[in-house]
Amino acid sequence: MSTFWSIWISVITIIVLGGCTWLLLANRNVELSDDQAHSGKAPTTGHVYDGIEEYDNPLPAWWFWSFLLSVIFSVVYLVLFPGMGNFKGVLNWTQENQWQAEMDKAEEQYGPIYAQFANTSVTELARDPIALKMGQRLFADNCAICHGIDANGSHGFPNLADKDWLFGGEPETIEATIAHGRQGAMPAWGEVIGEEGVVNVSEYVLSLSGEEHDAEQAAAGKAVFDATCTTCHGPDGKGMQALGAPNLTDKIWVYRDHRYPLRLSIRHSVRSGRNGMMPAQQDLLRPEKIRLLASYVFSLTADD
Amino acid sequence: MLRLHQASRRKGRRTVKHEIVEKNIGLMAVLVVIAVSFGGLAQIVPLFFSDETTKPIDGLKPLPALALEGRDIYIREGCNVCHTQMIRPFRAETERYGHYSLASEHVYEHPFLWGSKRTGPDLARVGGRYSDEWHRAHLYNPRDVVPESNMPEFPWLFDNVLDGKLTGKKMEALRSVGVPYTDADIAGARDAVKGKREIDAVVVYLQQLGTLLKQKR
Repeated sequence: MSTFWSIWISVITIIVLGGCTWLLLANRNVELSDDQAHSGKAPTTGHVYDGIEEYDNPLPAWWFWSFLLSVIFSVVYLVLFPGMGNFKGVLNWTQENQWQAEMDKAEEQYGPIYAQFANTSVTELARDPIALKMGQRLFADNCAICHGIDANGSHGFPNLADKDWLFGGEPETIEATIAHGRQGAMPAWGEVIGEEGVVNVSEYVLSLSGEEHDAEQAAAGKAVFDATCTTCHGPDGKGMQALGAPNLTDKIWVYRDHRYPLRLSIRHSVRSGRNGMMPAQQDLLRPEKIRLLASYVFSLTADD
Repeated sequence: MLRLHQASRRKGRRTVKHEIVEKNIGLMAVLVVIAVSFGGLAQIVPLFFSDETTKPIDGLKPLPALALEGRDIYIREGCNVCHTQMIRPFRAETERYGHYSLASEHVYEHPFLWGSKRTGPDLARVGGRYSDEWHRAHLYNPRDVVPESNMPEFPWLFDNVLDGKLTGKKMEALRSVGVPYTDADIAGARDAVKGKREIDAVVVYLQQLGTLLKQKR
């Protein structure tokens, strides 16, 4: 703040405080004695309404003194806290300082707890009940909004509690997925292979996982599949974790809208493509928290 | 006697002064305006000239055309009634939402959408926290992704298509209050928006919120 505005604020503040005090004291009245009140000689305000006059009484004492006390309070406040322009107040209080003090206090309490996890591997943490409890809470706060509170996922958001992994289920891979995020993009094939191709290839995909399908359309779809889908999903349809291309031969579906038959969801994926995106957490969460989360997610499907 | 004398002397003096103010409505109006403006003069006016409140944070750019339309839809649907965009400097807030809000992040906003009541969570740093797909699912029916949510559904955002007729004019209006839109921004506004669905505009708007300041929680 420039000196001008600092002086501006200070002068106005002093005028207001002084003005209030002056107004209060200058208009102070003297209490009436009983004598005056009963004799009818007491001063009146001079207002007459239909012959009714009004005694000129002083302000109630409690009101007068609370007013004066609040003026005194504001003076004390302005000495202790910032308020008079650039004057920082003798307590040197700022919003940032207060926040920093809160953070430092929390760090003192929680820092050592996190520090003990920083150098422990995900696999080991997955066996530590305290780490898992913390991981579970972090999961509920940060991940459950997409993956569900029980990590079972939903339409478009992968299930983390089964053994089917899009990008891999090794501890390091899970940690990397959380830290750097993932992009699981499936291109739209509708315009390339036509609606007939979409229908046929969907029947073929159904046949891969032994779902009910139209054999004739599936046979026609195999040719389309071999020409367009194998680059990512592999010649046998088992997927490719490097690209996050799902395994199409199991009965697990990332994009399955349970309101409709499965084949409609598959056709939609083929026709319009999909764009699965896991947001990177490394700028949002400290590394210890990411490790705890990875341990919790890993523990959901770990064998022991 | 002495007290009575004093009292009547004071009374006389005061009555005269009161009368001057009470019987000259113009003078009274002027005095009232002076009395009530002191607070604003000391607390608000200096902020118009302070670097902290008028200088944009590094990297701050005016909203692109589509995000600008998204912001207007955000206002139209009343999102700001239940969602604040103001993270206060308390640990409980920064642990949940990230770095506390700074005035310099909001210098291009007219009007501010800080809000004062949270029925839903604060959105000041929602940008990048969830995927676009999540936002679409959530706006179509919040209970599909958050079963206990009491947020309304906004399915019409998926049907309404923007024509962009007014986008350029909105930018011109914002430029007149100091948002540095270029002529090219304004000329290209219509094409950038035309044919896009409202949901796309809202998601673009949400995904850029508060992304300039990073702080690990």
